[in-house]
Amino acid sequence: MTMTIDAKGVYYKELNHNLRNHLDKGVKEILVQNVNGQRYIGDGVTGSQRLILEGTPGNDMAAFMDGLEIVVKGNGQDGTGNTMNQGRIIVHGHTGDTTGYAMRGGEIFIRDYVGYRVGIHMKEYKEKIPAIVIGGTAGDFLGEYMAGGIVVVLGIGLKEREDIVGDYCGTGMHGGIMYIRGQIPEYNLGKEVKIVEMTDEDKALVRGYVERYVTYFGGNVKSILSKPFNKLIPYNKRPYGNLYTSW
Amino acid sequence: MPISMQLPDYLVDRDPNRCITCKVCVNQCANDVHHWDKDVDSVIAEEEKCVNCHRCVIYCPTHALKIRRNPTEYKENHYWNSSTIRGIDRQAEGGGVLLTGMGTDKPIPIYWDRLFLNASQVTNPSIDPLREPMEIRTYLGSKPDNVIIKDGKLIKELPPQLVLDAPIMFGALSFGAISLSAVKSLAKAATDCGVMWNTGEGGLHRDVYEYGKNCIVQVASGRFGVDAEYLNAGSAIEIKIGQGAKPGIGGHLPGEKVGEEVSKTRMIPVGSDAISPAPHHDIYSIEDLRQLIYALKEATRYTKPVSVKVSAVHNVAAIASGIVRAGADIVAIDGVRGGTGAAPLRTRDSVGIPAELALAAVDSRLRQEGIRNQASLVIAGGIRNSSDIVKAIALGADACYIGTAALITMGCRMCQTCYTGKCNWGICTQDPKLVKRLNPEIGAQRLTNLIHAWSHEIKELLGGMGINALESLRGNRLMLRGVGLSETEYRILGILPAGE
Repeated sequence: MTMTIDAKGVYYKELNHNLRNHLDKGVKEILVQNVNGQRYIGDGVTGSQRLILEGTPGNDMAAFMDGLEIVVKGNGQDGTGNTMNQGRIIVHGHTGDTTGYAMRGGEIFIRDYVGYRVGIHMKEYKEKIPAIVIGGTAGDFLGEYMAGGIVVVLGIGLKEREDIVGDYCGTGMHGGIMYIRGQIPEYNLGKEVKIVEMTDEDKALVRGYVERYVTYFGGNVKSILSKPFNKLIPYNKRPYGNLYTSW
Repeated sequence: MPISMQLPDYLVDRDPNRCITCKVCVNQCANDVHHWDKDVDSVIAEEEKCVNCHRCVIYCPTHALKIRRNPTEYKENHYWNSSTIRGIDRQAEGGGVLLTGMGTDKPIPIYWDRLFLNASQVTNPSIDPLREPMEIRTYLGSKPDNVIIKDGKLIKELPPQLVLDAPIMFGALSFGAISLSAVKSLAKAATDCGVMWNTGEGGLHRDVYEYGKNCIVQVASGRFGVDAEYLNAGSAIEIKIGQGAKPGIGGHLPGEKVGEEVSKTRMIPVGSDAISPAPHHDIYSIEDLRQLIYALKEATRYTKPVSVKVSAVHNVAAIASGIVRAGADIVAIDGVRGGTGAAPLRTRDSVGIPAELALAAVDSRLRQEGIRNQASLVIAGGIRNSSDIVKAIALGADACYIGTAALITMGCRMCQTCYTGKCNWGICTQDPKLVKRLNPEIGAQRLTNLIHAWSHEIKELLGGMGINALESLRGNRLMLRGVGLSETEYRILGILPAGE
């Protein structure tokens, strides 16, 4: 059963306190209406429940989150999924800067575009591999210092002469993979990353994410996959290994 | 040109009359200085590799070894001295940023040694801590502007506080930089002594979760090992902005030190560099800092104080004011002498300001602004002994972090090559063979001895001043006098010259 909470005019502290109380009591799904900039929704919450947010949640939504599914019927702001550990975020709109900063696990699907420094410091350990799937374009410093995880950029609705990613894409990257649909201009790439051939496993992986994207937001898998993807990986695990001389 | 212009820094003197070619030195040296030459049945030394860590000297059963500084002199020159020439030689050959370990070894003025404590004579009696109770328990956290008491009970809820049995905490030393044996030593000692240890930015290894109650968990820009469980495992959370040894520079754990256990704890692949850049990319302003502070408070349901650690830099007083206004419960300030597992030499030796001046400036500023009660003040960066701590508290600190002193307690000889991962004492290494050399039980016992000894000395010094509670000394600068300082320094420190 879905519980409904009206967030209109409610200060973030009170809203989050209420949400946590209900989740603690075992409510499986909460629909929050009229969300209007309240920060920190779902921060540090552990569990497998579901939140549906109507409106625009504020910064640091789902920071340190551990397992929930959050569906945003609107746009996300900065720091969405900041240092998230597990769970899923589905945003029916765009999100701001540092989406998925230092993500350790779970998934974020964004229908439209994202801001700067998305997916930076993403990590992975063995089978725990976080993923961010972006429907539109990404701003500068996508995947900066990435140490693991997967970033997929679909560039749906890309305008003529519009770049799919911003400058310094993958700067300082030393782990993980980015899959970018279509051509990436050389000048957008950081000097620590290179473009390599897609293998069959890569293609299967990308197809899986595209199918999920279409399930959440609509669209046509075949037409999205008709444009070839580029795979970006770092040159090595130690981008700054030769920087120093022993004193 | 010869292959290298560099001379060995140290010479290994081996007394042939004492050496019994037992090869202990060969086995003990991770730097591969000592070799056994079977043709002549003697041990020889490759002195270029010696870092003067004393491992062989202490383990040599016949005391046959001495390490001394290479006495070879350069042509006398006050300006272009041997250290300057050495730096240029190394960079001419290596072409990289000079990397070093530990805190700066430069002769920066030591203000602690210019400050003198008061003692009671005639007009008010001193107190003997052996016979009278002496309160050094310390509470760290935000204190309310006022308290409401009804029927003898506090009815206004206090913000969360850290309780310390002594005003001493182990500073941030990350697993990765230091070994798991060293982490366990610190964690166990902090628990036994009722003080705190600090994870640094390397996450919390599974084996030390049991010491969480006495732990401050750190959140740095790389966010290594940070998840909801980690945040809730400690008693406080510290946002690391800066470090005294390298203000403005991030952390950079070389891939050599990222083995299986570090990889698991930090969640990065084995052998990859652990990069923690200078800025948190979600913090570009005081408002952004407030956002992270409150994200952490929300994630831990407002049950834990949040600390913000910065390096002591020029505008530290204004920065500290911003940090307090951003909602931090504790401000930690790390002075220029703060230690590190690895830092660029030029940054370590010339960026930042001494802890003593930073502390006095911050305490004064927060008092002037009427917000000193809103956060506790922790000072770090070169605290050597109990009198440094007492002087720090009189200057306005609530507690001190010790890092280097704790490392020395565990056996560190300050050879300053922590970044090589070859620490012969098992402290600053991930090599399983070396890590085993530090027994966490013994390490913890030695640290406990130190904290107990210092606690007693603090009580003695307090008693001498006729003070029976540390709280009465906090920011009580009348208990300090200075010698040989400039007028400006007296003004900044807020103390009088001796004799006045």
